[in-house]
Formats: sequence, C-alpha cells, structure tokens
Amino acid sequence: MLTKRVIPCLDVKDGRVVKGVNFVDLVDAGDPVELARAYDAEGADEVVFLDITATSDDRHTTIDLASHASAELRIPYAVGGGFRDVAGMRRMVAAGADKVSVNSAAVKNPQLLTQAAAAFGSQAVICAIDAKRKGKADEWEVYLAGGRIATGIDAVEWATEAARRGAGEILLTSMDRDGTKEGFDLALTRKVARAVPIPVIASGGVGTLEHFAEGVLEGEADAVLAASVFHFGTFSIRQVKEYMASQGIPMRLDF
Amino acid sequence: MAKPHVAVVDYHKGNLLSVVRSLSDVGADAYATDSPKEISRADAVVVPGVGAFEDAMAFLNESGQAEAIVEAANRGVPFLGICLGLHVLFERGDERSDGMEGEWIEGLSLLPGSVTRLESGRLKVPHVGWNQLHLTPHGRECALYEGVPEGANVYFTHSYALANDVDESVVTTRSHYTRSFASGVWANNIYGVQFHPEKSSTTGLTILRNFVQKVCS
Repeated sequence: MLTKRVIPCLDVKDGRVVKGVNFVDLVDAGDPVELARAYDAEGADEVVFLDITATSDDRHTTIDLASHASAELRIPYAVGGGFRDVAGMRRMVAAGADKVSVNSAAVKNPQLLTQAAAAFGSQAVICAIDAKRKGKADEWEVYLAGGRIATGIDAVEWATEAARRGAGEILLTSMDRDGTKEGFDLALTRKVARAVPIPVIASGGVGTLEHFAEGVLEGEADAVLAASVFHFGTFSIRQVKEYMASQGIPMRLDF
Repeated sequence: MAKPHVAVVDYHKGNLLSVVRSLSDVGADAYATDSPKEISRADAVVVPGVGAFEDAMAFLNESGQAEAIVEAANRGVPFLGICLGLHVLFERGDERSDGMEGEWIEGLSLLPGSVTRLESGRLKVPHVGWNQLHLTPHGRECALYEGVPEGANVYFTHSYALANDVDESVVTTRSHYTRSFASGVWANNIYGVQFHPEKSSTTGLTILRNFVQKVCS
C-alpha cells in the first residue's frame, strides 16, 4: 500500500536555513542539505526547500543548493519559491530537484502548470496554495505574498483548476493556522482533498502529534508538512510517524 | 580489490548525479557517460530512469548506445536498469512522448514482455511515493535483496509498469498499485528495478551496495 508521507519544510534564504537551530548534533545547522540529511536519517519521506530569498533574481544559490542536495540526499526533494517561468523551473529540475513547487506565478499565469507538466511530467509539479478563510463560512480565498495579497479567487476552485492544468500535487497551507500550533484547518484540507484527483499535502498549524494524524484521518490528506515542530525538536520525525502508524495510518517505518 | 568501473548511461534526459553518487558511496567507480565506447569498456552498466519510453529508445538507437548496451548485456556484464531503464530492457512499450495512445514502441528486447500504463478510476496515477516490495522465491535468491526484508519500503515515481506477459520466472519482487506489477526482475547478469534505489534511503543503498559489491565485484 502506498504510505502517507511526513515532509519537513526548510525555509532557505541566501542558501542558509532561516529558522531551525535547536536540532541534533549538526556540524552546521544552517546548511540546508545537512539538515535534510538528518531528517532522512530520522525517516522523512521527502523534503521541501522553500526559497524565501527576498530578491529572487539571483537564483544561482538555490540552483547550487538543488545540485548539492541531489549529490547528498537519498530521498526525494522539492524546491519552491521564486519561480516565474518554465525556464527557471527547468534549471532546478536539471540541477536534480525531483519536484518544483510553484505558487504566485501559477495564479498569475495558470498556463505555467500545463507547460511545466508537459516539460517534466505532472509528478514533478507541485502547486502551492496559501488559503485564508472568508468570514465564518466554509469558504477560503487564495492569498499571495505570504498572506499579504488577497486574490479574490476561491481556494477549492483554484486547486481543481491547478489539477486540471497539470499539477501533480497540491501543497495546501492554511494562512489562518500557520504558526498557531492549533492544528491543520481540517475542513479546508478535506474540501480540497475531495475536490482534486491528485495528492494533497496539508500544511500550517501543527502543534501536537494528534494534529498530524488528524490531517490524514479527518483532513484526508496524502501527506503532512511541518517546519518549526521539527526544527525546534518538539517532535522527531520518527515520533510523528510512529504515532500516525499507531492510529492505523500506513507509514514507512523501516529506516 | 579495485573498484568496479560502472558506466551510468546518460541519454540526455535529466540529472544523473544522485545515481552516480549513490553508486560511488557504496564502492563503485561510477561515472555518467553518453559514449558507446565507454559503455563497452565498463565492468558494469546502469541505465537510469528519466523521461518517456519512446524518447529514450529514439536516443539510445540514434546515439549507438543501444548497440553498446545490448552487446555488454550479452557479454555477461552486470547490468542494472532503473525505472525507465528497466522498461527498455523489454520488447515493447506503449509510452509515447506525446502521451497519446498508439502503436507499440520497440524496446531493447533483452527480456520478453511489454510495458503498459497503470490504469485506475479510483487511484491516482502516476504512482508516486513509498510502497512495499514483496519478494518472490526468485527474489529471495537474488543477490540484490540480501539484507532487504519482505515488505521493505522503496520510492516509486512512474505511470507505466511491466505487464503480466513478463515471464514470471524472472520476477524478483512485486508491488501493488492499481494492479500487481513486477517491481524487480533478474535474469542471469541482468537486473532491473521499477523503484528508485538512489531515492530510497537506506533500503535503496543496501540494494545498490549489493549490486556493486556482490554482483559487480
């Protein structure tokens, strides 16, 4: 049976990990690839490097990171952040990235997903969506620029269109929950998971072991993503996977 | 003992760094090459998996790599095909580069059988993620799986898989997604895996180490 995945996300700026100091015995805790290798040893099923460099004109650092990661990492990894066109995504894939994650650029030009899927295959194209709840109703709006810019686009509709246009996976972040440690927005996750025929990665808000399991059992996500609880050592990835397995979720535990 | 020279066939479709580095990490002198001459000279040949069947076969044929690969395989040189590199070992595949249904594309025909698309109304295709290897009696005899337990998880990413016209006696492992398919084969010096050992963490490294240290040495 295909297992559910646990994915640590590393925020990277100018080639260095931004948060995440309190972590095992690393020689260099700021080296994204070394941190990712430690996560591999702990059982991470894949890793996302999110490039948050303010000026995304200089992509050499991130391309170097992708190349370094493909030499050193023995699990799949995705690179997200700052993509504008297929040429930029192609450079990252050529450097060895298994997947590229695109957010704002796809909202501005949905055709980008189709072009990327044709160039690299759908399995390599993640559409990242930042969604915020509209009032109290079960409706969510797509936001850009880390939650600063509202688009007026319905998140579930956009996810459906992204899948139709060739995205192979949706990385869904609740802007309401991100950083709160109150758990995933399960209603949002479930609504998107039921609407699209591709895997959904739940993101934003994890604070307890139960939250991880809920993401799959109630949110119907195929994978769960978190950053700070792993970086700060609140939970190890092994601990999370063992807990999820104890709740009846198929997990990879032979690592 | 000298390190075996392992040629990783570069058919210009993608990054081979993780395959080359994984093989080097487990004791091979591994290098990516697109030269038929280099392929002929190697102690072992690895065909990695990138792209579509039709494209790959077109490049292998035009570049002279196909001839060098078949010659090496027939000479008894240890041979490992990964993902698409497994598919091209067989007689035919229906994966066209334009994604349309169509005629069969001819493979290298080192082994009998076909490669067909995974079809499902319910499950998501491509099959991407970690899934289990179920060892056949033949697989339990295979050097590649020494130290690999039944049900070990490995990383898959593919939409096409071996069809059931593949000779059951060469199947080392089966995996289940939309259907039961052969995820590993072994016939004499020829080994093939559907999954990506270079992306399969410690289990993948065990398999590659077995290839380099038990098969190639």
